[in-house]
Amino acid sequence: MKFLCVGCDEQMEFAQRDQPGDGTLAAVFECPDCGRAVGMLTNPMETQLVSSLGVEIGGRTVEQQPMESTRKQVASGREDAFDDGDLPAAATDAGGGDDGAGAEGTSGGDGDGDGDVSVTWTEDAADRLERVPSFVRGMVHRIYTDWARERGIEEITPEVMDRARSDLGLEGM
Amino acid sequence: MSDYDIRTYAEVEGEDRSDLAGQVEEQRARVTRRMEDVDRILAVMSGKGGVGKSYVAASLAAALADRADPGRVGLLDADLDAPTADRMLGAPREPLAVTEGGVEPAAAGDVRLISTGLLLEEEAPLAWREPDSESFVWRGAQEHGVLREFLGDVSWGELAWLVVDLPPGSGRLEQLLELVPGLHAAVAVTLPTGASRSAVERSLRLVRSGDVPVAGVVENMSSYACGDCGSRGPLFPGEAGRELAERFDLPLLGTVPFDPRAAELADRGETARALRETAAGRELSGIADRLESPGEQAGRTA
Repeated sequence: MKFLCVGCDEQMEFAQRDQPGDGTLAAVFECPDCGRAVGMLTNPMETQLVSSLGVEIGGRTVEQQPMESTRKQVASGREDAFDDGDLPAAATDAGGGDDGAGAEGTSGGDGDGDGDVSVTWTEDAADRLERVPSFVRGMVHRIYTDWARERGIEEITPEVMDRARSDLGLEGM
Repeated sequence: MSDYDIRTYAEVEGEDRSDLAGQVEEQRARVTRRMEDVDRILAVMSGKGGVGKSYVAASLAAALADRADPGRVGLLDADLDAPTADRMLGAPREPLAVTEGGVEPAAAGDVRLISTGLLLEEEAPLAWREPDSESFVWRGAQEHGVLREFLGDVSWGELAWLVVDLPPGSGRLEQLLELVPGLHAAVAVTLPTGASRSAVERSLRLVRSGDVPVAGVVENMSSYACGDCGSRGPLFPGEAGRELAERFDLPLLGTVPFDPRAAELADRGETARALRETAAGRELSGIADRLESPGEQAGRTA
């Protein structure tokens, strides 16, 4: 889909996506000429239609995780269905992705040359991650970490998790 | 009402940031890349439920694994709502390891297995995160997404065979073909009865409209095999397997008796053992032989 600023005859640019947790989605598009912004609001049914396809309005911002749609959409998953490796209380993830073996109790992190940013989880954020159902916890950990790294965010806090969740539509995660 | 004169989608040349079609294309590409390491994909299908299709699929996977190098046969249980392959193959209920490369399938004996039975709580139905109503609108897309990820996101490795146990229904093979155009062959499972023949015939006619090679027909529960002496007696009326084979010029790959001993072993997760020790198992092993070496029999297009 494309949004056109009729007054300027210019294609509007994707600016922001929010998924507030009630099943709806809000996407903001801005006109590069006049700055006018419009919001596209979808109801839960419309939002579900899109998410059922495993696609994202505005495009993907982080790489798709293995079995991401299945893990996001299945509500009756077994707690120990997946082994995502150790997710310690304060995990550190160096650039280049998580191999499922976070460094327990560390707060630093060494980039491995593939990415530029080492990502650290604060204790509060790690505690909150612990409350995520384990059917999706490891995947959510990877997604939040990738999302932060993409934006040059070095420390994941509960506030960062809120922003990522809103952007990515990880409701209840 | 205003009358704006605006450009169309095609006339606006800028990038479609959402590019939903591109995202779907990439999903399919993941499947294609994964399936490049699979020599043969075999779909086990039936137009009718209750014919023992999953038992046939699990048995064929185990029998083909007997004939292949270790770890070279996979079974994808596409019956998402009623998974049974994990139980019949005695798959351990251990967490599936997730890496950047994908999700490791379960090691069910010599068969590499993925099934919703491995993911759900014991006895729990498959439930979805979704709005409270109108689920019929998107349920198909959700199920298709799980099937796609079972194909594309599982670290199958190099396989000689990937057996796909399709849920009952005429259109299920078509859905699989949308994801895996290079399907090697399909096997149709039927009971001997006229009702089963009618349902499976519909499926085969649908397949015939495409370009899918059908390896043949398996008639399950074609007779009763005594668990003690192995002698066979009648069970259901009819000869649907033979009739379908003749009607579609397909090989009748085998007639599998109902065998209480085989059923008991399968229910205990010892399907591989049943192949060696029961009349039904030996018939299914013979079918695996015929799939491995079709000669002039298998691989015709229905």
